[in-house]
Amino acid sequence: MLAPMLHVLPLTTIVRERLLPVAGKVNARVNQRVNPTDVIAEANFAREHVLLDVARTFGVSAIAADKMIKVNTGDRLTEGALVAEKSGVFARTIKAPRAGRVMVVGSGQVLMEVGDARIELRAGLPGMVTQVIPERGVVIRTAGTLVQGVWGNGRIDNGLMVRLLQKPDDILSADQLDVSLRGSVILGGHVRDADTLKAAAELPVRGLIISSLLSSLLVPAYQMRYPILVLDGFGTLPMNSAAFKLLTTNDKREATVNAEHFDRYSGNRPEVIIPLPISTEPDEPNTYQAFAVGQTVRMRRPPNAGMIGAISNLRPGLSLLPSGLRARAADVKLENGETVIVPLVNLEVVG
Amino acid sequence: MPASLVQNESIVAIDVGAAVTRAVMFDVVEGQYRFVASGQAPSTAEAPFNDIGIGVREAIINLQNVMGTTLLGPQDNNLIAPSQPDGTGVDAVVATVSAGPTVKTVVVGLLSDVSVQSARRLAESTYSRIVETLDLSDHRKPDQQMDSIVRSRPDLVVLAGGTDGGASRSIQKMLEAVGLACYLMPMEKRPMVLYAGNQKLANDVQEMLGGHAGKLQISYNVRPSLDTEDLAPASYELASLVMKLRQRQIKGIEELNLWAAGNVLPTAYAGGRMIRFLSKLYESTRGLLSVNVGAAATSVAAGFAGELTLGVYPQFGLGENLAGILQYTEVEDILRWLQLDIAPNTLREYLFQKSLYPAAIPATVDEQAIMQAIARQALYLSVRTAQKDFPIGAHASRTGLMPPLDLILGGGGALSDGTSLGQSLLLLLDGIQPVGIMPVLLDQNNLLPLLGAASSRNQYLPVQVIESGAFIGLGTVVSVIASANYGDQVLRAKLTYSDGTETRAEVKFGGLEILPLPTGESAKLSLQPLRRADAGLGPGKSGTVTVTGGALGVIIDARGRPLQFPSDPVRRRELIKKWHYTVGG
Repeated sequence: MLAPMLHVLPLTTIVRERLLPVAGKVNARVNQRVNPTDVIAEANFAREHVLLDVARTFGVSAIAADKMIKVNTGDRLTEGALVAEKSGVFARTIKAPRAGRVMVVGSGQVLMEVGDARIELRAGLPGMVTQVIPERGVVIRTAGTLVQGVWGNGRIDNGLMVRLLQKPDDILSADQLDVSLRGSVILGGHVRDADTLKAAAELPVRGLIISSLLSSLLVPAYQMRYPILVLDGFGTLPMNSAAFKLLTTNDKREATVNAEHFDRYSGNRPEVIIPLPISTEPDEPNTYQAFAVGQTVRMRRPPNAGMIGAISNLRPGLSLLPSGLRARAADVKLENGETVIVPLVNLEVVG
Repeated sequence: MPASLVQNESIVAIDVGAAVTRAVMFDVVEGQYRFVASGQAPSTAEAPFNDIGIGVREAIINLQNVMGTTLLGPQDNNLIAPSQPDGTGVDAVVATVSAGPTVKTVVVGLLSDVSVQSARRLAESTYSRIVETLDLSDHRKPDQQMDSIVRSRPDLVVLAGGTDGGASRSIQKMLEAVGLACYLMPMEKRPMVLYAGNQKLANDVQEMLGGHAGKLQISYNVRPSLDTEDLAPASYELASLVMKLRQRQIKGIEELNLWAAGNVLPTAYAGGRMIRFLSKLYESTRGLLSVNVGAAATSVAAGFAGELTLGVYPQFGLGENLAGILQYTEVEDILRWLQLDIAPNTLREYLFQKSLYPAAIPATVDEQAIMQAIARQALYLSVRTAQKDFPIGAHASRTGLMPPLDLILGGGGALSDGTSLGQSLLLLLDGIQPVGIMPVLLDQNNLLPLLGAASSRNQYLPVQVIESGAFIGLGTVVSVIASANYGDQVLRAKLTYSDGTETRAEVKFGGLEILPLPTGESAKLSLQPLRRADAGLGPGKSGTVTVTGGALGVIIDARGRPLQFPSDPVRRRELIKKWHYTVGG
């Protein structure tokens, strides 16, 4: 049976697509070295559209109205610019209600896009541009530590990572966040109140990497302007030991927190990247592999949710679980020496 | 090819679910089609696999292992078809798919209580979430409506409105908004559009939307006249459009479609097709109800006199949308089903955490109990939602109760993975809360949709497979409605077996009683209600009916309708434990 992977890797090659949500202009070029804050692509997009019904306003047929329209597709108009004109005794005009661009003209109507918004896409991680995707973005390649999580609030930033947890089950509270942490990426434990999120915003921090979050804090977490990355899930879960060991040993290193949403179809996951210097490029990690004895695995569900262990035996056929269900299962030796039976669908391979 | 010429062919039916992929073999045994065996594997539609073909092949390999035969070519790992003289391979493939992201749908119609309702019902017959609705009562400007459509980034637009030959100008306005919205979206993200309105406008629709929609399908009008609704032809077109959407979204569907020679259907549609067919075949006077509680959605298919009501509710699925159930219900409404003492916040966190891992299964007794409680509430909400769309003829004896039914059939992961048949039965009784007297079946191998898909290939196969006993008979349920206090006696029941022996029960309000009656046997059940209770024969009416047996026998459910729970949580938990104990723990 095939196993999904959770990447918790001290050194690996990381290849990430960075794409605009709409078509735009790509500023970066192949083989260019980029820093996390470099704007690699930008786009303008219309927030709204305005439909001017010339035929209806002038009370004429669509064919007649088309002849009265004075603008063409693609024209940029200022507010108040003439759009259509009806001559004669009862001359009338239609003017652009707002500045914008003419999208399409026809059937006695003019469609304009207005309310331009600008998107700047930052590189998000340091590395080399290996591919340019025309009008959309780039592919960036780098090497370093990679730790994936399960939830992110959709933001990305980078900064010096400062460790504020001593044990995997520590709680991060507002009183730990003092002014010396301004501009840092905070490595914390469990967050159980909105005050902690607000205190981090007030500094402000450049990111929050935490073990778990109460689900009642999802709304304020989305509102924060800095990235929040949850490594293990909702409730009061401690940080899994693999991520804890790796991240705490990287204290005071530059880290990129890409707290993008977990998209189960594209495979995009929230993650921390800590760039490291290399002499030889390491291999790219697998995205999945077959379950095998010796693999390090993380338990996804109770009774040992979040714990790390190693597969000591793949059981043949179906095993009877304490729940009464039957499923393919493995014997997993936990870090405390205990061996437990876990259904394979409740495991992910760490690596 | 006519069915008579292909009736001896072996068929592999494949169901690609959100969590599990199943491969099932139907073949002719002693002149009749039978369900032979099944194999299953985790589904692989999502990352990191992103190809349903991996899970499909693994399920087929597991089927091969069970059957001791070869279905996949050793060299190319492709299905061997047709079957070979050496016994390898299979003659035909049919398939159903419920995997895939929820279909974001915009519903457009004219009158909010006429065509919009028909379009909504049509949209809810597949795995959709309605993200925007436009109708004549919408006072936004056309450009605002258009922007709203663009912002909702729909996968699908369902357009209805106007009786045939009726209103056209208003629809054209709606078409304009939809057409412009499609035009403004990037080519690869343009939604599929199903038009099922005034047929007189079909050419206009083609002209206005044909060049802008991701794919345009024009179907028969769902409202040919004001007082007629006909969803069936449009449902078929919608099913086909959804499969085209899935081909765009999920790798491997195209290959499956090739294997199945185009016989790939949405799972819920195929299940609904079977219920309509069975409702006609068995000339059901009341109704047939099929429920499927799965990871992708909970679906409800009800057949009343050959008329189908199909509701597919991804918001009540037990997979990635699990936490979303809290938008429709309170945590306490889920907790009421639990015999465990769990804090509301613990359950809330559980829902969010479980939705991160939709394919994971309960490993502990407590987690299994929690998942079964969530499944009960998901089923309860789904049935109540679907009931609003039952035909007018499907009367309930009292507001808020279910109409009487001839049969209940349960399926889907939450029911088929139940730890015992008694647990599956109790989940069905709690979630549906049926009234009257009816047999209850369990589709433990989730065959119903696959039979629906196979029916287009071979019309004899579904009937023969069902009559061969592919579903497990759980027993006959007698629901008692009474105005009584807990513990009051409400019914005297006597079961007379074919050999003349008898079993009697004095049934008290609030309890469950089981009278043993093995599968395949029938017996006479005499019912004598007390306190004007209704045991399915009318308030206070006594009588004798013939009942069929099952794995549990005859189940008398005198817990009341709607089900009442003690307000004291300790007493409630004790009562639930007692109910579980009664059905076998």
